[in-house]
Amino acid sequence: MAFAYDKDASGIVTVTMDMDGPVNAMNNAFLPLFCDTMDRIEAEDGLTGVIWTSAKETFFAGGDLNMLKSVTPDGVEALFESVEGTKAVMRRMEKLPVPVVAAINGAALGGGYELCLACNYRIAADNPKSKIGLPEVTLGLLPGGGGTVRLTWLLGLEAAMPFLLEGHQVSPAKALTAGLVHEVVAPDQLLDRAKEYILSVQGDISAVTQPWDTTGYKIPGGPSASPKNAPRIAGAAAMLFKKTRGLLPGPARILDIMTEAAGRVDFDTAQRYESRRFASLAPMPSTKNMIETLFFGMNKVNGGASRPKGIPRSKVERLGILGAGMMGQGIAYSAAMAGVPVVLKDMTLEAAERGKAYTEKLLNKRVGKGRMTAEERDAVLALITPTDKAEDIKGCDLIIEAVFERIDVKNAVLAEHEDLLAEDGFWGSNTSTLPITRLAEGSSRPENFVGLHFFSPADKMPLLEIIAGDKTSDETLARAIDFARQIKKTPIIVGDKTGFYTSRTIGTKILEAVQLVAEGQDPVRVDNLSRLTGMPTGMLSLLDEVQLKLIHDIYTTQVGMGLVDPAEEATPEARNMIAELVTDHDRKGRATGKGFYDYTAEGKEIWPGLTVWRKEDAVLPDQDIQDRIIFRAVLETLRCLEEGVLRSVADGNVGSILGIGAPVHTGGYIQFVNTYGLGRFVERCEELTRRYGERFTPSEILMRHAAKQLEFH
Amino acid sequence: MASAAYIYDAIRTPRSRGKANGTLHEVKPVQLAAGLLREMQSRHDLDTSRVGDVVLGCVSPVGDQGSDIAKGAVQAAHWDEAVSGVQIDRFCASGLEAVNTAAAKIVAGQEDLMVAGGVESMSRVPMGSAGGAMYLDPDMIIDQRAVPQGIGADLIATIDGYSREDVDAFAMESQRRAAHARDSGWFDKSVVPVRDEGGLTILERDDFIKPDTDMQKLGALNPSFAAMGSYGFDEMALSKYPEVARINHVHTPGNSSGIVDGSATVLIGSEQAGKDLGLEPRGSIVQAAMISTDPVIMLAGPGPAAKKCLNKAGLTVDDIDLWEINEAFASVAMRYMKDLGIDHEITNVNGGSIAMGHPLGATGAMLVSTMLDELERRNAKRAMLSLCIGGGMGISTLIERV
Repeated sequence: MAFAYDKDASGIVTVTMDMDGPVNAMNNAFLPLFCDTMDRIEAEDGLTGVIWTSAKETFFAGGDLNMLKSVTPDGVEALFESVEGTKAVMRRMEKLPVPVVAAINGAALGGGYELCLACNYRIAADNPKSKIGLPEVTLGLLPGGGGTVRLTWLLGLEAAMPFLLEGHQVSPAKALTAGLVHEVVAPDQLLDRAKEYILSVQGDISAVTQPWDTTGYKIPGGPSASPKNAPRIAGAAAMLFKKTRGLLPGPARILDIMTEAAGRVDFDTAQRYESRRFASLAPMPSTKNMIETLFFGMNKVNGGASRPKGIPRSKVERLGILGAGMMGQGIAYSAAMAGVPVVLKDMTLEAAERGKAYTEKLLNKRVGKGRMTAEERDAVLALITPTDKAEDIKGCDLIIEAVFERIDVKNAVLAEHEDLLAEDGFWGSNTSTLPITRLAEGSSRPENFVGLHFFSPADKMPLLEIIAGDKTSDETLARAIDFARQIKKTPIIVGDKTGFYTSRTIGTKILEAVQLVAEGQDPVRVDNLSRLTGMPTGMLSLLDEVQLKLIHDIYTTQVGMGLVDPAEEATPEARNMIAELVTDHDRKGRATGKGFYDYTAEGKEIWPGLTVWRKEDAVLPDQDIQDRIIFRAVLETLRCLEEGVLRSVADGNVGSILGIGAPVHTGGYIQFVNTYGLGRFVERCEELTRRYGERFTPSEILMRHAAKQLEFH
Repeated sequence: MASAAYIYDAIRTPRSRGKANGTLHEVKPVQLAAGLLREMQSRHDLDTSRVGDVVLGCVSPVGDQGSDIAKGAVQAAHWDEAVSGVQIDRFCASGLEAVNTAAAKIVAGQEDLMVAGGVESMSRVPMGSAGGAMYLDPDMIIDQRAVPQGIGADLIATIDGYSREDVDAFAMESQRRAAHARDSGWFDKSVVPVRDEGGLTILERDDFIKPDTDMQKLGALNPSFAAMGSYGFDEMALSKYPEVARINHVHTPGNSSGIVDGSATVLIGSEQAGKDLGLEPRGSIVQAAMISTDPVIMLAGPGPAAKKCLNKAGLTVDDIDLWEINEAFASVAMRYMKDLGIDHEITNVNGGSIAMGHPLGATGAMLVSTMLDELERRNAKRAMLSLCIGGGMGISTLIERV
């Protein structure tokens, strides 16, 4: 039986949810169960109260995302009816004449917490690991099980915003402070306390009446039309726009439903409005994309879908980092935060200590914000040993080299330190561009040599691109993935072709933007339009950040090494323009204050010298500019898939969002094609090819999938 | 036009700060308007039963200004019971829209004599009191990129390259001209002192003008919309203007229209009605035009509206002697002059809303009296009146002396 039903001598019914599968969820099985249980409760004689709890480790997990992502426009009505059906039963539950208590034994997220909100009283077990909240927005959804409206009524517009618009999930203790639950008790007292509470409020009408059913109840902070709230709502809309560029309907709808709920319409009307906006949101491309990549893709990647099979889990006991520069210090922070002892070595002790000081600075900030105690900080700091002596590295089971991006430098470091590895240790080279197979030639154990491409700043960026050289063993790859998970990074495995996956792909979109400018387009417009696609920054601003000189040097090096053939360069004008900017005009990038923009204390202004390239009469449509930039990245990602540089679609989607700023609403640079429409995408590629060149030619894998109307999964 | 719409008179109250410490705060908005109706009646010994309808613009028609304040004012003035009244709202153009509506009805023969005008007590019913989806609904805000109008004004300045000094200099000139006109008595013909029921004067002349301002004082004021822009409104506006790197926030309370209380009325009628009642026409309403432009930048409508009006009238820019553009923000007036290729020498010759204030629903009708007086003083012929309007609209009305 999925819901265990027990009525005790005092008249309290306890419903213990234990649905098929690992968690309780609002899937197709839920509504009949919920409905039958309510029928039975309503028919009880001598009922004194109801307790909802769970037999699982978690309380209740939320909605059925598989079902939601497959909703088509034709399925909106059925979804609306089903949501309304569930809500009707929730309404029956909260209108029972006896107190209904949610005994929240574990995580209650999304639909799970919405169920709790329809209870009169919420008691959470004090388990710091269990989370409470409504994270729907993080998947492009909105809480459609009554949660948007109920939480707005409960907390008020302002206090509900972080939970609804940002999807904050909190521990039971914080949920208590925020007003999400009424009580937090020790896990073993949960049910006793729930019963005790029920018996203590017998006959108290306020204990069985929800705030929204209480005459004279006022939403905290007042209605949306109040002089305080009206500008606050407009401001929240503007802030949302800034964050989403107006590309995500989910959060915008949440704010709108909150505004309606807070005093514009009555509770039941607001509930129906919430159901409508939820149901019609489901089939939208951005919703499907975000569920596909941020939930399913992310679970696949983090769950080790690409991890070679049959290799036991491993753990790094002691990490050596060579080079305490920007990358080395960020990696050290990530590892130490995960409890891994780190030896941080540089040429001088001062340099190594500076590297450690970076962690200290970040930790002090956390302490200042109350997110960490001074003791915890000291414990993390104690894990990092700065040194200038090679022998201190001895015995590390992983050494990550994060030195200057040049083969001879990296080889020298490898030669000096490889023997210091623990017997079964492995070597990671942090490089974004140098071929791992070539670097591994300097290694005495190339099977234990792997590329570990961290992103800058390494303490913040969640992605780790693991590069398999020709000789890298499956065991080493598995260990690299385990290490990534150990330090809470999301790993993707890619093949050892020039630029791997991320550098190669980010390069195409940056170069396409430069190409547009080299062809005469307005640089400000190109930069802004690229950002308006939903990327975190404009492509020219990004190039300034990355440094034009670095891109130029890498290219020159790669040409020198024979890795790329200038004759095959897709955007030669862009390459020439960058070369000219760097060598003739000293526009090296943001670090020197001079790139596409001039950087001063007052801000940035586009460099007037760019007008030389400008052709005022050659203005391209916005859509063409945006498509050229984003299509290059998508096509390159598909090529990576075709060439086996990417081993899975999920790796490409997750990697593109976490590593190279693919717009979140697209679900990444492969999922983009699925909801754009395969046929339509091919047609648009052909159009772009005719207008702008061969680099937009649809690749074979794309034609194959399009011919069969086979989405990429 | 088949039969002309004549302007028999145009009068207005003086303007004062639209806050609790403003001189007119004690006067109910219905009485501000009723006072002008009574003045119109006594000036012309008017048989009010001959007035077909009273149309008053009001932008925040709630509270003291709610429930059709035009009909309220008619009754408060003790005009004949036969006189009806209607309140209209076309944002900042409401007063001029009232004039155009009346003119159209006269021309069409639907009415013979009407009063058009507007009233706004911004001290009593603050701007925004009427709410509205365009500015308060999150769906609309995000979908339409609805930004506060000052962001649009700053965006116009950014695109056209008006610096902070440019807009402040424009504001200085508005103050200088307004003070000079007032002190020379050029407003006396139309400005009707506001008095209490015992006949005591509450406000004689405009007291909002700041003749002693200077560039240093103006330059010291903080931009009004920089903070708001940084929340995300700049980003919203620029999503429609990707060629603009960032918005230069130049507008301050010193170079934007002032928040004031005030009212205005215009007596409009057919030739026959004037003859019947022994009224001398002072001018006529030749043509009027409405247009809408991009609602995001919002304030760029007046130039296109004036061009449309000229086209319909079969006239060119050179046929116009004086131009009047409501100084909602300095950049609006500057953009207007640029759009039409006209000189500041013949534009807003007696200053504008930056100096005297902009009582939202009344301003459009005030421009009629300001211009009519000035055309008479200069013995000139035609004036074009224009205002920028919420939602990107623009309005223009062409008047002519007879």
